[in-house]
Amino acid sequence: MTEAAVQNRAALSDTTEGMAYLETLPKRLVSVYLPLFVIMVVLIFPFYWMVLTSIKPDEQLIDMDTYNPFWVVSPTLKHINKLLFESNYPIWLWNTMYVSVAATILSLFASVLAAYAIVRIRYRGAQWVGAAIFLAYLVPPSILFIPLATIIQWYGLFDSPLSLILVYPTILIPFSAWLLMGYFKTIPYELEECALIDGASRWQILTKIILPLAIPGIISASIFSLTLCWNEFIYALTFLSSTQNKTVPVAIVSEFVDGDIYRWGSLMAGALVGSLPLVILYSFFVEHYVSAMTGAVKE
Amino acid sequence: MTDRTAGGIARPAHHRSLWDRLRINRNWLGFWFMAPAGLILVMFLAYPLGKGVWLSFTDAKIGRDGAFIGLENYEWLGWPWWSDKDGVFWLSVFNTLVYTIVASVVKFVVGLYLALLLNQHIPFKAMVRSIVLIPFVVPTVLSAIAFWWIYDSQFSIISWSLRQMGLIDYNINFLGDPNNARASLIFANIWRGVPFIAITLLAGLQTVSPSLYEAATLDGASKWQIFRHITFPLLTPIIAVVMTFSVLFTFTDFQLVWAMTRGGPVNSTHLMATLSYQRAILAGNLGEGAAIATAMVPFLLFAIMVSWFGLQRRKWQQGGNDD
Repeated sequence: MTEAAVQNRAALSDTTEGMAYLETLPKRLVSVYLPLFVIMVVLIFPFYWMVLTSIKPDEQLIDMDTYNPFWVVSPTLKHINKLLFESNYPIWLWNTMYVSVAATILSLFASVLAAYAIVRIRYRGAQWVGAAIFLAYLVPPSILFIPLATIIQWYGLFDSPLSLILVYPTILIPFSAWLLMGYFKTIPYELEECALIDGASRWQILTKIILPLAIPGIISASIFSLTLCWNEFIYALTFLSSTQNKTVPVAIVSEFVDGDIYRWGSLMAGALVGSLPLVILYSFFVEHYVSAMTGAVKE
Repeated sequence: MTDRTAGGIARPAHHRSLWDRLRINRNWLGFWFMAPAGLILVMFLAYPLGKGVWLSFTDAKIGRDGAFIGLENYEWLGWPWWSDKDGVFWLSVFNTLVYTIVASVVKFVVGLYLALLLNQHIPFKAMVRSIVLIPFVVPTVLSAIAFWWIYDSQFSIISWSLRQMGLIDYNINFLGDPNNARASLIFANIWRGVPFIAITLLAGLQTVSPSLYEAATLDGASKWQIFRHITFPLLTPIIAVVMTFSVLFTFTDFQLVWAMTRGGPVNSTHLMATLSYQRAILAGNLGEGAAIATAMVPFLLFAIMVSWFGLQRRKWQQGGNDD
């Protein structure tokens, strides 16, 4: 009944997708809601399981006959407590954040300049540089980490977070530049011409006219960059060796994994705390993200 | 196309010094603006790419520069394939291909289906979308750890549920048996990849004008005909791009496998990326690892070609010019 009411209200308020009324509710139930529900349950389950395990007391973790494993009785914060106050986890979390934010800022700076130059300055060969940047996005870290390890060693950056801050932009710049190029193209050219006639330099045009207008694009690019950095594993695994310098994904895999049967609680707590910042960030920006993708795709 | 740059407008009429030229000339200006991005990409992307190919022809070890040894690394790995000694390299190629093909096909089908579902008019749109995005947002290694726990040999929730339902009377050995391990990894990869494909295709679907659907409905087209003759052709260019990325990143996947099985049991889930990590970093044979990584390049080139033609097609479909 509630679903019908929701459906009714939605139908009243909706004027754009007017064809939905052609289908009866039972038919939609089978053809839309049921499959959607099944897929969503599968997609959410591992995360639910992660959350549940991280607040389950140890005895409930392995005793699946007395307790229903899909629920938790008397949840505990023991695992999260242990994680935050008795391990190096806060340091790893800080490393991850610090590296991600620094790499994001660096690559946004570089890609804003590059995208603007490709789209608006249109120097000789700009199209080819644009294509090359797109191709750079197609070079995966898995074929670069070995030579990069030797290069990082040679630069003397081994086991230093700085190595990641310098290397991550190679993943981030191509994507951000591509996204921003789409955004810059939508800004009317006349604005820039006026400013040029008024004697503004290119730098002034970029910072005073283009950037304020491209803020939605810059937000999407930075969210996406942060996610990619947070997620990155193979470079961090290869370049960092001391416990103090590790990022969360690497530390979880290498420092937390031992033979203990009760390790799952703290492992899942570690995974949860490591994912939560991104999940929260995305839940605020999801509509923005979809529309940014629409913008990039339309382009 | 008319030249719409205003570089000429700003050019002052009086005599220009070198400084003015560096500041105002369009090509120099472009150069300065490109410099930060270009520097990073050349130093940490283009140069390593070349160096990786070079390393694959040397016997470099960790902490020791190698000498040129020709194709010895490739021969050692088992090139040509009939002279392969241990078979691990070709097993990893086989695994990588199975992993990529199965995962990409399923990801595409489920992703497209999910995108079509999400494009319907549904209540709680924003919430549904943020739930769908969760697998994409949670860092891969962390969700891989969650899957590891779901696939646990003793306390797997899947085994438990199936046992409660009376379908099996033993615990499934998800990650201990070669084929089970492959299937489990492929499932985790699909789970991770579907949201990105679905959301991107959803973005593509939203650019399709509803009036096309209305016209087709008035003409009496069935749902399948609408999908086959309107949605799918209009979506093809985006599908080409998204699937190129998907195939590329599935093919070079590392973290999921490394977090869950590290290539085991007995090398049966080694992908080319994990094998090259094991040989290069853990065993210290940089040259051999680089040879495995370089062997991935032909496949990548193939994927890039597909993407290139996908993009070309997009331009003429929209009546744009080739710029």
